[in-house]
Amino acid sequence: MTVMSIPILSFLIYFPLLGAILLLFVNRKNSQFIKVFTLVFSLVELAVSIPLFFKFDETAKTMQFVEKAQWFPEWGISYFIGIDGISLLLVLLTTFLTVICVLCSWKAIEDRIKEYYITFLILETAMIGTLCALDLVLFYIFWELMLIPMYLLIGIWGGPRRIYAAIKFFLFTMAGSVLMFIAILALYFYYYKTTGVYTFNVLELYQASIPVVKQYWFFGAFALSFAIKVPMFPVHTWLPDAHTEAPTAGSVILAGVLLKMGTYGFLRFAVPLFPAAAFDAIPLMSILAVIGIIYGAIVSMMQPDLKRLIAFSSVSHLGYVMLGLFAFNIQGVQGGIYQMLNHGISTGGLFLIVGMIYERRHTRMIADFGGLAKVMPVFATFFMIITLSSIALPGTNGFVGEFLILLGAFKSNAVYGVLATTGVILGAVYMLWMFQRVMFGVITKEENRNLKDLGKREILILSSMVFFIILMGVYPKMFFKKMDVSVAEYLSFVKAKNAQYRTLPQGATEAAKVNDLSNTK
Amino acid sequence: MDVAIPASSDFNWILPEIMLTAWALLFLLIGGLTRRASTSKACGIMCFIGTLITIFYTLRLWGANLDIFNGLYTIDDYGTFFKLIFLIVLALVTLVSLRYADREEIGSGEYYALLMFGVLGMMVMTSSHHFISIFIGLEVMSLSIYVLCGLLKGNIRSVEASLKYFLLGAFATAFLLYGMAMIYGSTGIIDVVELKKFILAKQPFSATMFVIGIGFLIVGFGFKIASVPFHMWTPDVYQGAPTSITAYMATGVKAAAFGALIRVFYTALIPFLPGWSEIVWFIAVITMCVGNITALAQRDIKRMLAYSSIAHAGYILIAFTTGDRELASSMLYYLMVYSFMNIGAFTVVIMLGRKGEDNSDLDSYAGLGARHPFIALCMSIFLLSLAGIPPLAGFIGKFYVLSAAVKAQYYWLAVIGVLNSVVAAFYYLRVMMYMYFKESAGDQGTIDKAPQYGLVMLVCVWALLHMGIFPKTFLLIAQKAISIFG
Repeated sequence: MTVMSIPILSFLIYFPLLGAILLLFVNRKNSQFIKVFTLVFSLVELAVSIPLFFKFDETAKTMQFVEKAQWFPEWGISYFIGIDGISLLLVLLTTFLTVICVLCSWKAIEDRIKEYYITFLILETAMIGTLCALDLVLFYIFWELMLIPMYLLIGIWGGPRRIYAAIKFFLFTMAGSVLMFIAILALYFYYYKTTGVYTFNVLELYQASIPVVKQYWFFGAFALSFAIKVPMFPVHTWLPDAHTEAPTAGSVILAGVLLKMGTYGFLRFAVPLFPAAAFDAIPLMSILAVIGIIYGAIVSMMQPDLKRLIAFSSVSHLGYVMLGLFAFNIQGVQGGIYQMLNHGISTGGLFLIVGMIYERRHTRMIADFGGLAKVMPVFATFFMIITLSSIALPGTNGFVGEFLILLGAFKSNAVYGVLATTGVILGAVYMLWMFQRVMFGVITKEENRNLKDLGKREILILSSMVFFIILMGVYPKMFFKKMDVSVAEYLSFVKAKNAQYRTLPQGATEAAKVNDLSNTK
Repeated sequence: MDVAIPASSDFNWILPEIMLTAWALLFLLIGGLTRRASTSKACGIMCFIGTLITIFYTLRLWGANLDIFNGLYTIDDYGTFFKLIFLIVLALVTLVSLRYADREEIGSGEYYALLMFGVLGMMVMTSSHHFISIFIGLEVMSLSIYVLCGLLKGNIRSVEASLKYFLLGAFATAFLLYGMAMIYGSTGIIDVVELKKFILAKQPFSATMFVIGIGFLIVGFGFKIASVPFHMWTPDVYQGAPTSITAYMATGVKAAAFGALIRVFYTALIPFLPGWSEIVWFIAVITMCVGNITALAQRDIKRMLAYSSIAHAGYILIAFTTGDRELASSMLYYLMVYSFMNIGAFTVVIMLGRKGEDNSDLDSYAGLGARHPFIALCMSIFLLSLAGIPPLAGFIGKFYVLSAAVKAQYYWLAVIGVLNSVVAAFYYLRVMMYMYFKESAGDQGTIDKAPQYGLVMLVCVWALLHMGIFPKTFLLIAQKAISIFG
């Protein structure tokens, strides 16, 4: 039996679920055991996912670790999973951040510990499933499944306005995804009409040729769903609430992984399925991305609450990712993917930092702090490094991503590049100003005088984050070489496909348009 | 054949119906001859066993397709499929009633007899393509339920429910009968299959009286499936009736009405599809919207589930509108799934009630997740399935129904459908929110725990998970059942 034949992805998907089911039978009073149990499960999960990175064949253009089985062949639904260079890194990010989240919840969660860890493990199953699924139905199932654990995480273990935030989160994301669902079905029947084959297999659907007008509708539905998840301006309003109210680990996983599902969705589904529409949408998406960058940064500056500040900075950072993805050149897309990872680590790190400080002071208001650097020197160091990585200082991971994105943006359209660059400056402004107000100056509040510095567990968590910040900053090649081929393949595919649509005779599209309108009831 | 003498072998085919009648008569006798309290439980257990035996005999009908009693009655997979749904509903409701009927002191021979007569009516209704048989079945079913609704004699709401349902139901039945009469009057034919042949031969056929007849049929059936604007009775009746009967009505009656509706419209009236599908399109849209939006404002779970059941009728009508006979199986699948989710949810409602009071206010659910984690978990599964969240069966049901709409290019209908399911998610999640996020206010007392409830919930949970993750078998069965229209 070779390594490739072990269903390693299925293991990654269902192992946390198994853990969740086993946890159901553990006595809830045994809280220490529950924590250790979950930690062990997430560590095993991480350990199993690491060989993926090294066994991954970076020269292959196809999907790897593929598993395919018939599920409902009459309808063309199959159990089809696999990863390429793009999803590989996101899967690793997920398994890594889950361990971090389990560790950082160790003391922060005191209420309903058993349910908390069960929810978390189910969330991990859903996230990895979403990243691996190559069948649209399977993808949609995992995609929707992500909603429920996150809804519970915010709603049960969140802050004072958690119920409002949880419902808002749920309704926003669901409204987007149901429209995508209609588009999936329409695509499915369209493909059947033209080829006579029922299939939800994404790789087969890539080959479909869809009239451009239809593509606009389909792309619109997919893009709306993913844009809400990213979140892009103007559908970002759920994010600050969700982030602010979620528990620390919830924020970390939300920022680290769930938001990436939106950008990943563009890469895997919306763009390659409907390339002509995607290329026509470049101005719209880029403008929204640029607005997101600048708007997010400006709003961040004014936030009195640390978590809200970071939440809006997420809007800004994800704007970069979208700008990169829609530059449609190798720098932009690679930078975008790299920025997805960076954001997971830096913003995840910032949420951890806020969580730690919150555990000590039970407040997140910037005005309540000041001068902490003297009291908590170790904390200050970590905070500084993570802040700098979020600002994208050279030498940290953030720099690599943002630099490439801006390069890509300049290459495709200098105006977007120039506008986006102002976001870099604004980013430095709000992050450094925040850092200064929290950490430097004189201690104004008595409560801050006796804060305890970081403990061993916290140092362990933050060190692992800092390790990746530096590693990804100084040796990006290690990660880029995994996605080089996949990204090049992706770009050449969508460009070729788009060019193919452009050469179609205009009359054919017009006829399709008329036909399409008369059929719509 | 001039003289209508049924062949004696015809009786073999209606063995399930005969058995139900015999059991029901037996219960009536027992109820009449003994004192109620002592025999209630025995009747319940016998009713359950009788139902299981009937299910066994009904299963043997699968695959048979023939007309009996000179075309008055039909045995086909479509009818058998519905019979099985009714019998499963009956079995589950009986199980619940074993405890509930005792608690509310409504259990007696008559209670179980009426349940069985109701199912008998449903079975007759869905396994005939003769208007007279359909009508008789409908009446047998309705009369049983008028009585069942009012069983809580001391409760003014229950009496109101019974009277309201009776008065409005009589009206709707009159519409239905009038519609049938008009169709008969304009064509001289009272058999659905014959009618189809007649229409196809006379194409294009459009007598005014005939068209009005179709309209009246829609009104009559629309009442029974609780579609807007014929839904006014639903919330009051669902809320007032004993909860076990509400579950029975929400699932059994609705399935039966849909069964007859689909049979009539997909056989005889399919040539008129462009005409009636426009009307039904409109009904489907307002049914979904009114059901869901009104449900948002409800604080009483029974009432909320009543409005949600209106909304679900709307979802099923989405597939009905398309007239796509291949994907009509989506309606059958949906009805099957819907029965399990609803019976499950109503079982939880029953468990939270106490004698004489339903306790179905949202506040009673506060903190249920902490007090009774298992019950809350089951309720969550039912609610999530109702909301259509994967991997539960409710999702596959919606998926299937919507795919019918998309396939027939009713894009707007599908979009309205999914947007409605977002609205619906809000009020289903609100119950979950109360169960898990809120602290229970004050002492909630004990809840009515009994192994029967647990069994029903487990069966429903299992069914929803199984039909959600491995839907294949069930979809193929539904497809086979619908293939008679092919």
